[in-house]
Amino acid sequence: MLSRLRTVTGPIIANNPITLQILGICSALAVTTSLSTALTMSAALTVVLCLSSGIISLIRHHIPPVIRLIVQIIIIASLVIVIDEFLRAFAFEISRQLSIFVGLIVTNCLVLGRAESFAMHNPPLPAVLDGLGNGLGYSAVLILVGTIRELLGAGTLLGYPMLPLAAEGGWFEPLGLMQLAPSAFFIIGFLIWAIRTRWAAQVEPPKFALKTRRAVR
Amino acid sequence: MADPLSLWRGFLARPNDDRLKVFGMAMMVSLVCAVTLSTTSVLLRPYQEAHLEAERRAQMEAMLDRLPGLRDLMEEAGVDGLTTRLVDLETGVFLLDMDPAEFDARAAATDPELSAAIPAEVDIAGLRTRARIAPVHFLERDGALHLIVLPVSGAGYQSTIHAMLALEADLRTIAALTILEQGETPGLGSRIEDPAWQALWPGKQITDESGQIAIAVVRGPGTGPYEVDGITGATQTATGVGNMLRYWLGDHGFGPFLDRLRQGGL
Repeated sequence: MLSRLRTVTGPIIANNPITLQILGICSALAVTTSLSTALTMSAALTVVLCLSSGIISLIRHHIPPVIRLIVQIIIIASLVIVIDEFLRAFAFEISRQLSIFVGLIVTNCLVLGRAESFAMHNPPLPAVLDGLGNGLGYSAVLILVGTIRELLGAGTLLGYPMLPLAAEGGWFEPLGLMQLAPSAFFIIGFLIWAIRTRWAAQVEPPKFALKTRRAVR
Repeated sequence: MADPLSLWRGFLARPNDDRLKVFGMAMMVSLVCAVTLSTTSVLLRPYQEAHLEAERRAQMEAMLDRLPGLRDLMEEAGVDGLTTRLVDLETGVFLLDMDPAEFDARAAATDPELSAAIPAEVDIAGLRTRARIAPVHFLERDGALHLIVLPVSGAGYQSTIHAMLALEADLRTIAALTILEQGETPGLGSRIEDPAWQALWPGKQITDESGQIAIAVVRGPGTGPYEVDGITGATQTATGVGNMLRYWLGDHGFGPFLDRLRQGGL
């Protein structure tokens, strides 16, 4: 039971897909301009991740190794399209804002990565829990970045005004940079730095150290 | 051996690198996925259509709201919306015996029976075919035309752009241009939806003194009554909007209809 729990909680900080594995960055940059899109994207990705892990794990003994990646991609792509159709039918406004990025969950290396490395070798329940854990880890980062960007970039959260805007007589001048993609890079960078300072075990040894003392013989 | 269950078991028991199993699994996964996708798509289509329809209507309303004085005029005329009629594009006459509400302009544009091929040399909007019939929306009062709204569409950089063009009573001055739908690059081409860019259009003239179509989107800041500023980083999208107006206002588009209006009114 405890190990089950650890499958879920592990990827949230200790083995976070974004900050440690550096997977799924592209969508994390694109959809975090506001909290509501970040939340929807998190939910969509978590659902896709859980379902795809579960389904792939169910049929893992019968997936021929030669076509395993194609089978995984077909399953993931179908799930993503289904989710996209649901969003367009029941959350039209948000699906407009997310535009192509829901569709791009297919190419999110996080989903395929979990399918290939975990779901192919584990029974359905742990696979779904692993999907859930990784989805939550991804969501945590997205929600954090989305909160910071919306708060500092527009002075609102979920569309509700939080900081009094200078344009409306307050003191807060929105930071335009926060609405642009590079700011997500900065925030995620600071986040990785903070996490690796706190949990030093996550620091990777340099793979290709600079040979600065080349001249010394 | 003919028992389906034992056949199925036999299939599953085959080794995973067996050729039959590889093909069988590929077929089955594809089949299940295809059926799931088709079912979802068909079941959810009505909900999605309702959203799109509501959005189109809201954009139309928003455009009417932006036109100065139009709401007062409508109130005076005692109507809460524009009149919609179908026009035969070739002859430019109204088709009064058809119900505009039942006509699906989008579907007609590609329906072989309802559409006409656009000759390549006039197809500056990149549409290839267009419906023979198009709906127009207008506001009239005591027989005098106040505003006419024409649906236009054309190829942008990577999608078909659909828009509404509102012309003032002189049929030369643009009252408003509203982009209804586009799938251009987010952040670049999608800026044609910015209110700031659409605000450049009102007041521009579509034809010059001699009646030639002159409206165009130019690179950089536009000068004079016929030029609209392009969008940096979205040249193809912005010129696409310009071309689509030139096509639809031209002889192969609403040209005959507008000529008829200019000569004889409604």
